[in-house]
Amino acid sequence: MQWEIVIGLETHAQLSTQSKIFSGAATAYGAAPNSQACAVDIALPGVLPVFNRVAAEKAVKFGLAVGARINRRSVFERKNYFYPDLPKGYQITQLELPIVAEGGKLRIQVGDHEKDIRITRAHMEEDAGKSLHEDFHGMTGIDLNRAGTPLVEIVTEPDLRSSAEAVAYAKALHSLVRWIGICDGNMQEGSFRCDANVSVRPKGTETLGTRCEIKNLNSFKFMEKAIDYEVRRQIEILEDGGRIVQETRLYDPDRDETRSMRSKEEANDYRYFPDPDLLPLVIDEAFLDRARASLPELPQAMRERFVSEHGLPVYDAGVLTVARELAAYFEEAVRALGGEAKLVANWLMGDLSAQLNKDGLEIGASPISAVRLAGLLKRIVDGTISGKIAKEVFAAMWAGEGEADAIIEAKGLKQVSDSGAIEKLVDEIIAANSAQVEEYRGGKEKMFGFFVGLAMKASKGKANPAQLNDILKKKLAS
Amino acid sequence: MFNTSLKKLSGLLAGKEISSVELTQIFLKRIGELNPSLNAFITVDEGKSLAQAKAADAVIAAGKAGPVTGVPIAQKDIFCAKGWRTTCGSKMLHNFIAPYDAHVIEQFNRGGAVNLGKTNMDEFAMGSSNETSYYGKVKNPWDLNAVPGGSSGGSAAAVAARLCPAATGTDTGGSIRQPAACTGITGIKPTYGVVSRYGMIAFASSLDQGGPMARSAEDCALLLNTMAGFDLRDSTSLEREKEDYTRDLNLPLAGLKIGLPREFFAEGLSADVAKAIEEALAEYRKLGAQTVEVSLPNSKLAVPVYYVLAPAEASSNLARFDGVRYGYRAPEYGDLVDMYQKTRAQGFGAEVKRRIMIGSYVLSAGYYDAYYLKAQKLRRLIAQDFTDAFKQCDVIMGPTAPTTAFNLGEKSDDPVSMYLSDIYTIAVNLAGLPGMSVPAGFGANGRPVGLQIIGNYFSEAKMLNVAHQYQQATDWHTRMPQGI
Repeated sequence: MQWEIVIGLETHAQLSTQSKIFSGAATAYGAAPNSQACAVDIALPGVLPVFNRVAAEKAVKFGLAVGARINRRSVFERKNYFYPDLPKGYQITQLELPIVAEGGKLRIQVGDHEKDIRITRAHMEEDAGKSLHEDFHGMTGIDLNRAGTPLVEIVTEPDLRSSAEAVAYAKALHSLVRWIGICDGNMQEGSFRCDANVSVRPKGTETLGTRCEIKNLNSFKFMEKAIDYEVRRQIEILEDGGRIVQETRLYDPDRDETRSMRSKEEANDYRYFPDPDLLPLVIDEAFLDRARASLPELPQAMRERFVSEHGLPVYDAGVLTVARELAAYFEEAVRALGGEAKLVANWLMGDLSAQLNKDGLEIGASPISAVRLAGLLKRIVDGTISGKIAKEVFAAMWAGEGEADAIIEAKGLKQVSDSGAIEKLVDEIIAANSAQVEEYRGGKEKMFGFFVGLAMKASKGKANPAQLNDILKKKLAS
Repeated sequence: MFNTSLKKLSGLLAGKEISSVELTQIFLKRIGELNPSLNAFITVDEGKSLAQAKAADAVIAAGKAGPVTGVPIAQKDIFCAKGWRTTCGSKMLHNFIAPYDAHVIEQFNRGGAVNLGKTNMDEFAMGSSNETSYYGKVKNPWDLNAVPGGSSGGSAAAVAARLCPAATGTDTGGSIRQPAACTGITGIKPTYGVVSRYGMIAFASSLDQGGPMARSAEDCALLLNTMAGFDLRDSTSLEREKEDYTRDLNLPLAGLKIGLPREFFAEGLSADVAKAIEEALAEYRKLGAQTVEVSLPNSKLAVPVYYVLAPAEASSNLARFDGVRYGYRAPEYGDLVDMYQKTRAQGFGAEVKRRIMIGSYVLSAGYYDAYYLKAQKLRRLIAQDFTDAFKQCDVIMGPTAPTTAFNLGEKSDDPVSMYLSDIYTIAVNLAGLPGMSVPAGFGANGRPVGLQIIGNYFSEAKMLNVAHQYQQATDWHTRMPQGI
């Protein structure tokens, strides 16, 4: 039987606010345990939550960016369950009336096809703390620094049909939340984590199969492997005549498998009800206008513009709009250079990316700014240096040796375009390699490269390649 | 001195006729003598109180005294006060020293008042008799066999027995008004949102409201001036201009329209209470007021609605008492779930457990719509009744409770009959309205009767005026229990 894979994703993105969603404590990562947990976070008797409206601004920006309807009145509810890292015994979240309602979409690219993934809703909630099981022989330590960190949970429709699509969606979402500045996207620190609802059904059928939820996929690689494993597991069960049990499963990257965490029957009854400590959140027109005005040009629009305005291939436009800083760098370099978008794109996707990766740097921390890179590329365009020499200059710039022009000057890398000088050089080579010249003239045309090599070496790479070719051809023929 | 009004004490302190230290010592001595038989206080800390008194005297000496500077005030043990043990009447918090001040405590500290100690209360404010406290029953100073009412029974008994000039209380379904009625004192529950709930240990967040308990309306007005105020830390606190609640005390009552809800004078009201209330109303007519009959047709639903909503909120509010971070933890347990179960089984009393179970039930999947949602809808209808009634009158009056204080132990085994002692007070909380209780004579058994005054939203100054004028014409509020 042919099976169709059906996946929906739930993503928790940490909203980048200075303070927590319901208290004034800081949200910075990595502080000493419990040093960023105030009276509200540890749920002392008598304390009350106060909503941080910056979180709403960020959530609304997300809603607008995906074209969703914004609920003008959203309600915080309590999700009740006991766990040591949940200090109040309930999590404040949104259920019936989330801030971001239906209508959102996110476009993904897989191979050469594009697809819109529908976003069901996005709601705000607080994160729990962390239970630490190591270092406390037979006991559990609780760190409440994370408790109360603002999250937005973004839920898709079951529109994804493969692990590749799921990963493409997660990457597109990751790119978007960073792009609009609502989440730092740091997956190691837990700022962006996904749960996948996976089911399979016979191809051509409409009814959804029983799903399993895989929790806490904190890397794209694990997401792909976990979904692939889960799909195989479900298909095997079904083909053996078995039945899928609805449950929550955890992915174990060490063993590359998913394991049952709890079944539906064991699931808590969360006894949701509206939090009486918080008023409904009302978003007015002015608030929406401000959020709209603060949105930058979105990646999808920019991708389309890079193709139409700069004439970039779709692939390049996609790569350059993965991060807003990269796209901005690209546009700044093109502006400084006065065009040559494809050349800039090649350098960004090639040498610059490679060097950044090697040094573990983000584009924003590049030692070579867009304007300085344009200064280098300008010398390729005007024929001062070849592309090959440019790589050498680039390396020197990266090492902090100065601007492109100064390096070209100091190292004497200027391309030799003086035909007299090139002719002299070619004459010397022909004179010194008479045997090879005979071979070439005897019809062994492949030998041409040998002479180019010698000439380039003799010119220390500076001979203008086009000119050199012409002169060599002429002299060898005579 | 201990039988002097707060207003007068304030004058004596400002005039340096007595020092705050002397005054505090007088009350501490009286607490030392009488508290063993009344059990009105859970925690008394002479050192802390006297240090505050000393500081207050310095403020007075510097000529910077305000109306409550140097006045000893007893605080219900539901308000967190920094450095003070704050138990909420529960074993669960027997070892909890509050590391911060509630907004109400801050307001009193800012005003230079002296914290005279923490008063006894029903566990987590759940009760109408003060019998659910882990720290023992409070006795009614009028009759040691009677309950003082609840949940602010310790505060009520302390004020009635002159162990303090005034105290704070909280009122979720009548917990200021009913004990005030039972002990012959005056207490006001303001409009929901007037007094910040920050630092007031939550029972039912949408209903809880703090307020003053004193011997007279005038003293209550002075205290409310200190307690009320917008607080950013409570999202349900109302941002309003600061009011002087004493401003209208002396206005005449001629032309006042008093609404009498037919439902408050029906079956279930004991004859002696009815008689005392009739006499109080006659007094009001003498003062120039008119009475009109009004109706609150949905008020009969107030008790059942309340016993769905309040436990629902409580079941969630009390989840934080889990033995993990502070408070009681069972000494022996196996795994995590066992720790939770033993801690909460041992740390909470029977009434609290009953309400947590009711609350969990009404919120659970499959029952939520039938109980919680239905109750929320009815709550709106109950509130609408009042809105309609206030189109015909300025204030509503009736009995605070259907009977005078009942005997200790009388209703301990019958929760429903206990719940019905709040039948006239609960609707006010559901509507978020202000309500007060004023002493209005005595019942057949010699125990006090309370007259309830219910006002429209934010009409506290008016209600205090209405109460004060009555107290100028009568002397019930000056009566003091004998033989304690």
